[in-house]
Amino acid sequence: MSASVITAESLAEAPPAVGQRRWAALLRATMSQWRSRIGLALFAFMTLIALAGPLIAPHSPTAFVTAPNSPPSSQALFGGDALGRDVWSRFLYGGRSVLGMAVAATIIGVGLGLVVGLTAAYLKGAVDEILMRIADVFMAFPQIVLALLLVAAFGPSVPLIILIVGISHAPRVARVIRGAALQVVERDFVKAAEAVGEPRRRVIFGELLPNVSSPLLVEVGLRLTYSIGLIAALNFIGAGIQPPTADWGVMINENRLAVAFQPWGVVLPVVAIALLTIGTNLLTDGFARAVIGLERGE
Amino acid sequence: MARFLVRRIALGLLTLFLVSVVVFAATQALPGNAATAILGRNATPARVAALTRQLHLNESAFAQYAHWLGDVVRGNLGTSAATQQAVTKYISSRVLNSAFLVLVSAIVAIPLSIGLGVWMAVRRDKPADHVLSVGSLGLAALPEFVIAILLVLLLATNVSHVFPAVSLIPPGEHAWNVPKVVVLPALTLILAVTPYISRIMRASMVEVLESDYVTMARLKGLPNRTVIWRHAVPNAIVPAIQVSALQLAYMAGGVVVVEYVFSYPGIGAALVDAVGNRDVPVVQALSLIIAAVYVVVNLGADIITVLATPRLRTAQQ
Repeated sequence: MSASVITAESLAEAPPAVGQRRWAALLRATMSQWRSRIGLALFAFMTLIALAGPLIAPHSPTAFVTAPNSPPSSQALFGGDALGRDVWSRFLYGGRSVLGMAVAATIIGVGLGLVVGLTAAYLKGAVDEILMRIADVFMAFPQIVLALLLVAAFGPSVPLIILIVGISHAPRVARVIRGAALQVVERDFVKAAEAVGEPRRRVIFGELLPNVSSPLLVEVGLRLTYSIGLIAALNFIGAGIQPPTADWGVMINENRLAVAFQPWGVVLPVVAIALLTIGTNLLTDGFARAVIGLERGE
Repeated sequence: MARFLVRRIALGLLTLFLVSVVVFAATQALPGNAATAILGRNATPARVAALTRQLHLNESAFAQYAHWLGDVVRGNLGTSAATQQAVTKYISSRVLNSAFLVLVSAIVAIPLSIGLGVWMAVRRDKPADHVLSVGSLGLAALPEFVIAILLVLLLATNVSHVFPAVSLIPPGEHAWNVPKVVVLPALTLILAVTPYISRIMRASMVEVLESDYVTMARLKGLPNRTVIWRHAVPNAIVPAIQVSALQLAYMAGGVVVVEYVFSYPGIGAALVDAVGNRDVPVVQALSLIIAAVYVVVNLGADIITVLATPRLRTAQQ
């Protein structure tokens, strides 16, 4: 499979595992499964609501349009919340923050984890040991406890939440990437690149990175799913975005006391978060199965 | 074997020590003088100075950490900034309530998910397996608070009124004396961890069922039940036990949001409250306790895995 004869040509071409044909096969194998199709449909639909919702919302998310906790009416499609704001409009506005924060945290976490994981796998020895020990310390906290610890010190803030959720993903991503990269480091094309004196950075990002792209994509999917859940939870308990901003997590907390007689303020955002996370998880699982299937078939 | 245990436990202790450093350092970042924060803006300079000395705030960060860790090791977790109560007194009954919640959830969830995993493996690729497989994948994706809120909608308010939506426990009473209030929080945790354990059990069981010795047992004419429970399960269960231990550790963090949703009087709800009040001593104590449980349970999971796997047990010698 790998280029065992060290020539200039074998260095110039990309390692065989990452050809365009493989990506096409992977995409086909992913999309041939029902779980991936349902997952993609759910994810696309909820993303559309989150992004385009504010454009079609009939009212401002902070305007008082009806009586408090009023039932659905012609004025407010799903009724009013405890302060008389339009539940439907707040719902349409409330997805951007969760999704945006989750995507940002995922980028930070996967990016940082990727760099640390590849570096540890490539340099080995003391650097590997130290990086993994630091990872252990961060993994000794449940992510939400680490977040609350820092929110207690700095106060609730959106950039802080994005940063903590991202950083707390990093050691978990780093472990997976390190594990995948350790096998690649031993392969001939890496040795060949070292032999001709490629700088370390080129070896790590030019040779190792393309060969861990499948586990990397699985991590992106998993971390996005967890980020959405974690960030919605932090907004829900008041550690992230603050009222009166419309946000699905904040909405659930605002409306849960009135849930017995005005359930829509809770039902809409809860179902939205559920469908979004189920979508990303189904799609990720479909992709992971496709990767395993192709590896077995090879 | 002994060397492995000593090494593992030493690493666990090192991690715990570093965790305490992180907990202390994170809360040191607080802007302003903690003494002013506790006493309020109108405190006289003399009182601020006295409290500064009492809290060792005039000493170096290292000395402050040493004082704090020394107190923690001796079981003194400080004084709550919000209630002026000793933190140990404030959290002791809450620790018991949370431990009870996690214990009840684990006792139900672990056998349930192992049974489900076995059942799915035996009915592999039949409709029941597919439905449970995709269902558990969807359930695994849901954040705990979403599961909790859905349970409230279904079982405590709009659809039916079977269980209380709020876990009210009279002061001085323990959770196990009011079993009704434990049901929904425990059900949330059970639904949150079951997919993970049952999926691992299914995968491991599928592999074992394909092995030669299981075919051999079947060819000998042993009844199906004996083949599954006496021959296959004991060999398939190690990964499930390991994941169960990891899920137990995960529950230490999961209780935070679940307890908050149901106002269950445990350490999770207390942590959210303390963060809201910016009650630093309580936040420090609770983060440290939760992280310690997490480290110890993970350590336990590692040791159990090695003890239960003959191949690893001898490889470590």
